[in-house]
Amino acid sequence: MKSLTNFFEKIGYSVTRRIQRLGTAARLFFLILISSGESFKRFHLTMKEIYFTGVMSLVIIIVSAFFVGMVLGLQGYYTLQKYGSSEAIGVLVALALVRELGPVVTALLFAGRAGTAITAEIGLMKATEQLSAMEMMAVNPVGRIIAPRFWAGVIAMPILASIFSMVGILGGYVVAVIVIGVDEGAFWSQMQANVDFRYDIVNGVIKSLVFGVACTTIALFEGFDAPPTAEGVSRATTRTVVTSSLVILGLDFVLTSFMLGG
Amino acid sequence: MSDNLINIQNLTFGYGKELLHKGINMEFQRGKVSAIMGGSGSGKTTILKLIGGQIKPKSGSVSIDGQVVHDQNLSGIYKLRRKMGMLFQHGALFTDLSVYENVAFPMREHTDLPENIIKDLVLMKLNAVGLRGAYKLMPTELSGGMARRVALARAIALDPDIIMYDEPFAGLDPISMAVICDLIRTLNDALGATSIIVTHDVAETFSFADYIYFVADGIVAAEGSPKQLMASKLPFVKQFIHSEKDGPVPFHVAAPSYNSDLAL
Repeated sequence: MKSLTNFFEKIGYSVTRRIQRLGTAARLFFLILISSGESFKRFHLTMKEIYFTGVMSLVIIIVSAFFVGMVLGLQGYYTLQKYGSSEAIGVLVALALVRELGPVVTALLFAGRAGTAITAEIGLMKATEQLSAMEMMAVNPVGRIIAPRFWAGVIAMPILASIFSMVGILGGYVVAVIVIGVDEGAFWSQMQANVDFRYDIVNGVIKSLVFGVACTTIALFEGFDAPPTAEGVSRATTRTVVTSSLVILGLDFVLTSFMLGG
Repeated sequence: MSDNLINIQNLTFGYGKELLHKGINMEFQRGKVSAIMGGSGSGKTTILKLIGGQIKPKSGSVSIDGQVVHDQNLSGIYKLRRKMGMLFQHGALFTDLSVYENVAFPMREHTDLPENIIKDLVLMKLNAVGLRGAYKLMPTELSGGMARRVALARAIALDPDIIMYDEPFAGLDPISMAVICDLIRTLNDALGATSIIVTHDVAETFSFADYIYFVADGIVAAEGSPKQLMASKLPFVKQFIHSEKDGPVPFHVAAPSYNSDLAL
């Protein structure tokens, strides 16, 4: 009987703890929005963070995008060839990248590269009392440290996703046109004719904006909520990648349903 | 104007149901260097956090210049904190900023001073702690003692009325310790500030503090000038000052009998 009680007690504790964390994350999100004035008034703080989260992520984004585009070109060509429509390879590569792979893979890479860096940095700032020191200097750490990083992530994500899609298309072009020999005119003209600005490109940008908000909020919250120990920061960093990845994939499904339905 | 800048009255504080402080009364006189001493885990640093408004007491009050800290809203607490400087145990320097930028940080945040004035002020503060020549260094390039001195320069950047020190001597070599001791006294007198030091280093603190509080079991166990405390017959004070391993503070943590634990 006692072990059964303990079992339910543990489940109850785990559920209430998760709800509590969700509430704390929501509270932090609203605090960020309220304290965001500083991030725009002193935009150099946000610019500095855009450099760290955006510019420093460029190498992994560009290299990954090029390979993803090449694989898409290769796989797409051999599938389309069976139906005699290999000229449609440009459309396939572009739509796959702009609608789905660009925003999703960028967000996953962003969570692994910039998200973990943000969590570790904030977690260590907390562990080394830098956030407390700021508070004692009458400086709000949410406005000075958290909000600029949040806006940097939100601004950087759509730009990175756009770069990912562009480089991916270039990768697809290299494989399909230069290596395999698909007609260059057909590759570009079919793409131009079938990729819609409103339904494909804008929806892709909306997705990456939402992913930017989700990824950066998760990374910041995990850092802010991390126990101030080496183990605490390491666990928080892992949680950032796991939670961000799951949230990105879940949100992608929800957003796609709405976008296709609309 | 009262002689006391900070008053702590009947303060109780604890985490959960356990009380860490069970009715603390302290008064910190203007212009004096006061120390709060006690064993590890006796809640010394918590008292600094209560003075700084980072946490709220369960009952009792902490007031600064007549203003009750925990009755203030956030902007009121921030206003009070602008009168304070705090030196954290390990300095808490911002690791992405240079020594110069660390000291300039509070000036940039709270004043509209032009860059040339900020430069002069930063160099003056760094000169006061003997580190003007290190202004270009990053925190990772500093020794523990140097980091503590830079943090001190940052803490006095806006000429605060109150300077709080959390374990300023922890982990320092004897030379750095002597330097920090001298700086605490000199800066306090030069700025006309009120200093509160949380520490358990007896020899250093007794050499320069004006008044000392001993905290044990959640209350002020003893208080007085270093001279009065040296002559104290209180068992706790004697054990602490003379570093005796057993006494009112037992060597062993409360535990079941040794025989039963070893199944003898």
